[in-house]
Amino acid sequence: MAGGVKIRVNERLWTVNAAPDTPLLYVLSDELQLNGPRFGCGLAQCGSCSVLVDGVETRSCVTPLSEIGSRAVTTLEGLPAWYARQHKLPKAPVLTPVQQAFIDEQAIQCGYCYNGMTVKACELLSKTPQPSEAQIRSAMNGHLCRCGSYPRILKAIQRAAQASPRLAGQEVRQ
Amino acid sequence: MKPATFAFPRRDLLKAGGALLIGFAIRDTARAQTPEGVALVTGPDQPDPARLDTWIAIHADNTATIFIGFVELGQGCTTALLQLAAEELDLAMSQVKSMRLESHTMPNQGGTVASASVARGGPRIRSAAAEARQALLKMASQKLDVPVDRLAVSRGVVSVAADPSKSVTYGQLIGGKRFDLPYTGTAPRKPYSDYHLVGQSVPRLDVPDKAAGKYVHMQHVRVAGMLHGRVVRPRGQGGYADGAHVLSLDEASIAGISGARVIRKRDFIGVVAPNQWDAVRAARELKVTWDQPAALPGTAGLHQQMRAEKTTDRTVLDNGDVAAAFRAAAHVVSQTYRGPYQAHVPFGPNCALADVKTDSALVLCSTQNIYDTRRKIAQVLGLPIEKVAVRYYEGSGTYGRSCYDDAAQAAAVLSQAAGQPVRVQFMRWDEHGWDNFGPAQLADIRVGIDAAGKIVAYEYHGWQHNWGTVETSQQLALGTPAAESPGPGSQEVSNFNLGAMYAIPNMRLVNHRVDGARYLKGSNLRSPLDVSFSFAQEQTIDELARLVGLDPLEFRRRNIKDERWLGVLNAAAQAAAWTPRAARSDRSPAARILTGRGIALGTHTSSYAAAVADIEVDRETGQIVARHLYGALDAGLCVNPGCLENQMSGMLVQAASRMLKEEVTFSSTNVTSLDWNSYPILRFEESPAVTTVVVQHMDQPLSGGGEELMGPAAAAIANAFFDATGARLREYPLTPARVLPALASPAA
Repeated sequence: MAGGVKIRVNERLWTVNAAPDTPLLYVLSDELQLNGPRFGCGLAQCGSCSVLVDGVETRSCVTPLSEIGSRAVTTLEGLPAWYARQHKLPKAPVLTPVQQAFIDEQAIQCGYCYNGMTVKACELLSKTPQPSEAQIRSAMNGHLCRCGSYPRILKAIQRAAQASPRLAGQEVRQ
Repeated sequence: MKPATFAFPRRDLLKAGGALLIGFAIRDTARAQTPEGVALVTGPDQPDPARLDTWIAIHADNTATIFIGFVELGQGCTTALLQLAAEELDLAMSQVKSMRLESHTMPNQGGTVASASVARGGPRIRSAAAEARQALLKMASQKLDVPVDRLAVSRGVVSVAADPSKSVTYGQLIGGKRFDLPYTGTAPRKPYSDYHLVGQSVPRLDVPDKAAGKYVHMQHVRVAGMLHGRVVRPRGQGGYADGAHVLSLDEASIAGISGARVIRKRDFIGVVAPNQWDAVRAARELKVTWDQPAALPGTAGLHQQMRAEKTTDRTVLDNGDVAAAFRAAAHVVSQTYRGPYQAHVPFGPNCALADVKTDSALVLCSTQNIYDTRRKIAQVLGLPIEKVAVRYYEGSGTYGRSCYDDAAQAAAVLSQAAGQPVRVQFMRWDEHGWDNFGPAQLADIRVGIDAAGKIVAYEYHGWQHNWGTVETSQQLALGTPAAESPGPGSQEVSNFNLGAMYAIPNMRLVNHRVDGARYLKGSNLRSPLDVSFSFAQEQTIDELARLVGLDPLEFRRRNIKDERWLGVLNAAAQAAAWTPRAARSDRSPAARILTGRGIALGTHTSSYAAAVADIEVDRETGQIVARHLYGALDAGLCVNPGCLENQMSGMLVQAASRMLKEEVTFSSTNVTSLDWNSYPILRFEESPAVTTVVVQHMDQPLSGGGEELMGPAAAAIANAFFDATGARLREYPLTPARVLPALASPAA
């Protein structure tokens, strides 16, 4: 047991006991008891375990704890606050526009792929606030869904893009 | 998150939100007939289906709990079934809820399979709710001293029609108390013309929590003191009868992983550790030598071996004089078609948590049938059935019997040996490699028409094996021999889909059952066998249309059996703005991308479905992309069109995935498609646009809506390929490896 590794997750500092080679996913789900990132393949093939690391979508199932260092990890649970910081909102919304759009489009079936889809869509809209359909499809292509909900997820992301305030003239904070 | 309540279930809660006390006697497993003529299952420590309190509880706060014996799989059945109950009870959606499904407390309605939850569960919940409403009105009549026919109900408030100031709520009448009435199923149900909730697209109740990240999937359940477990098996199953046999096990190979323990029961091997990563590493690094005989035909030799088998044959249907009709036919098309094994492979591998004590066991898992899972776990643990409780948590979408029972049994075996609660999650290669695959099929189809284009003769022979009934964990841990379900059901050639939509005077269906011992373990995969049936039949229908120079839509219209089939066919064609075509488009030979359009009909066991596909074929790469899929579905009374459209949209995409990409591969010893690279599924960039049309029939019985579009959508893609290229593909998936040689050979 190594122990005592410090990581910043959802803007809180945590001291965790896991060995440095432990994939971040198991630290998040077992030690921090977060339900956003979830095991899908352990091979970085599906996107089920995605989190943002300094704003960049990252597969936590193959990212060792030791690689995180001082970088900021954001999980599904921290997305509303992350979104509020990006858009300089005084307070975090209950849900990000992407999450609300998933409800409005009833884009979820079993909901297991939803974590990765949401994390990736939030990353996309932070960099490309008004993506074309082709840009959405290309960005989301590494995220699989077994229920076949791609058409509705596409609509949800398009709806979220329309709902999001533009980051006019602002540099996107990563 | 709140930790899961880890206690043996007891149905003794009388407060709001709880269930009512039911004293159950232990009775023999038997089937009781209800007035609807649908068998209800009774058994030891199950609520009595013949009592009203088994189905509905009214609470003091004027809300109701409906006890639903079906599981939520992300298909929205909980929402739809609560809609039906609220409608009959005159309650608002906010006044009804369901409970987590578990043995001992919830009615046994059989499995959530074959699109049956709303079709089979709906009528019962409707009549139970109607019966409860009748009883409540009787009570209100006494309380208010007014005859029942002068009472009105809204949102659970019963008032005197002529004087609404006189009223009483359901909660005041009976809240927290039992009805103590038999469930007879005889109360009159509301006429559909009075419906205000049923038929509405009420948003799904599970979606907000899923979107907020608050939903607890099985994979999220944690309890104090649990160990993490993993199974250790060969990478990829071999022949079903062989299972896997341990030749040697070197426990010292994981000595360096502190806290990890090997648990072995015969050929079942697992590891447990307090730390999940230790369990994952231990399972990966444990040295085991396996005996896996070279019993399989291998992917390439599969269909040839199936045809050569000594099969058990059964004539499913034999109408008219098929031989004479073929002799008299003006045109006959006769072909052989091949379908692969395909996998369920839930996006999140199956997970289960078991707490096995010396005299009882509680198992949390994602089964589609809690009572069946309970029976099997009792066998594996050697405990009396009533001492095993099974509680359902939704997992990742399963689309049939994936490894949920296997994972549940593995958790139970490991917990029994470890003496602690054990959470097991399958690794990706476990789920891909040890699935109960949707069986491969070989089909010979022959269809004849007269000179006017009327189908006069139809013959279909299907070769496939049945479904395995012994889970891998049980097979390995107990040495239980492999066994297959005797059938027939959805595992054999079926007259529900084959030929069912056409008026065919002379028809024969023959099932050739292959012994599955030296094949992969099979089971029900969404719309079992229908993708293979439709792939063969609907291409044959298109070929016949072309022989008589008819548009494939027009040919189907002329041969269709009834109005409801015609309704979905026309609805799909209209949505796609179908224009007549001679079953093959003219294509410029210079074009690299060819486009094509196809149409098809199909179902599973009930309901009526049709699909149109628009595809593109890249002549250089051999890639097919489904650009737009249109589906129409008539499932009788559709309780929640929004939920059905979501199912249809998913089916269209999944059907494209199964037609274009999915094939389980295996060598002579084992399955070799063990992840998303070796078993690719459709991706975002390849996803079609979808158009879904619900054909609503409020006056018709509810029928299934979770499977019926799979066959026609897949077959429409195959027909579109011919339309685009002039070539026919008779084996799926339609991968570049099959497309390129077909394009190189002369057009059909």
